[in-house]
Amino acid sequence: MVKGSQSFIFDSQPVIIASATVGGPLEAEGPLSEDIDILHDDPYMGQDSFEKAEKLMIEEAAMKALEKAGVDKDEVGVFISGDLINQIIASSFAARTLGIPYLGIYGACSSSMEGLAIAASLVDGQKVKYVLTGASSHNNSAEKQYRYPNEYGAQKPPTSQWTVTGAGVCLLTFQGKGPRVIGATLGRIVDMGITDPFNMGAAMAPAAVDTIKAHFRDFGIGSDYYDLIVTGDLGAVGHKIALDKFKENGISINEKAFLDCGMMIYDRERQPQVFAGGSGCASSAVTIYGHLLNEMRKGKIKRLLAVATGALHSPLSYQQKESIPCIAHAVAIEM
Amino acid sequence: MEKIIWSFIVGGAICVIGQIMMDVFKLTPAHTMSTLVVAGAILGGLGLYEPLVKFAGAGATVPICSFGNSLLKGAMQELNEHGAIGVLIGIFKLTSAGISSAIIFGFIASLIFKPKG
Repeated sequence: MVKGSQSFIFDSQPVIIASATVGGPLEAEGPLSEDIDILHDDPYMGQDSFEKAEKLMIEEAAMKALEKAGVDKDEVGVFISGDLINQIIASSFAARTLGIPYLGIYGACSSSMEGLAIAASLVDGQKVKYVLTGASSHNNSAEKQYRYPNEYGAQKPPTSQWTVTGAGVCLLTFQGKGPRVIGATLGRIVDMGITDPFNMGAAMAPAAVDTIKAHFRDFGIGSDYYDLIVTGDLGAVGHKIALDKFKENGISINEKAFLDCGMMIYDRERQPQVFAGGSGCASSAVTIYGHLLNEMRKGKIKRLLAVATGALHSPLSYQQKESIPCIAHAVAIEM
Repeated sequence: MEKIIWSFIVGGAICVIGQIMMDVFKLTPAHTMSTLVVAGAILGGLGLYEPLVKFAGAGATVPICSFGNSLLKGAMQELNEHGAIGVLIGIFKLTSAGISSAIIFGFIASLIFKPKG
């Protein structure tokens, strides 16, 4: 059902009956490692390229989620996935292995919640019984895609972020036990004219604020409705800008209940190489589908607003000196 | 000893310029590098780079602007001997060891490691 101008409510409240996550070496050392199902200690993960390693992570996360739910892959009606590699090959090649009808999406780092919103809509509309949705990123494949190959050794400023190596997948259906997807607010493109690809957080923060504001407006609620509002990958720089923007807009936000996945997945004091924090599709996918859904299952979080942010530029648009268009999609999950 | 200190200061100062170009003027590493090469060639053409090399030694020859100076020097030498065509002959003459070693060692490294990630 449509709610306001940018949102909808899922009347049947699709259930996330299972979720699974995969992480790389740095994620294994991070504070959320206990909530990651499969950890790899080698960025190649036994494959001969980083792209194949990323594809493997999606396959592993998908199979693990199906195994947890006890659902056969032939029963799944749609597999929705997105990543950061050119032409989303990690997702599409994983879909080739899985053999499930596939919708490839690209929302940069917002792909996780874009996928979840589409998945919930398909289940809510009774189009399919089971929908598998996920997103992935790999530090080495994304750095080479968007900035410089790691081997090039280009200097990074303190505002830069570390692309999370990982994948997160969840399985939705009509009924069962688990966190329920209540509603979603789809973001509009917000472009504040930032052109620095080493400062994604600052570029994306206004988009996150715009979507959260729209969500509160459409649902007629305030930030106190949620136990936790979490953004995907604003990092320390973007997180602070978002807090300032809320103040500017006169929106009260409980700072203790407004967190960022990119700051949760790494310990920035112990892992200083991540600079401002994590980024990439897997930042939100691994943190939300792993740690936060587990917290919901344990009853520690009842109402979660997950807001995944994405920077929709390309290396070409950056070289042509275009600014960075950003987006954020919010999905409300309740236990 | 004094020469070593000056070498350190001059070499360091060139690197500071490069760092400022990246941090303040937001040039990419590739733009920074080519700007320094061109600057070295211009300084060489004005006859200012050789005195700097005499003064600071490795502090002036190790940074990339020395490459620009060498490009110009090679071109000028051959220009005197062969005329206009000498510019094309000489441009990589003095720098050929550096360029060839970059290609050869790059090739060897690509045999050992994974050049495509």
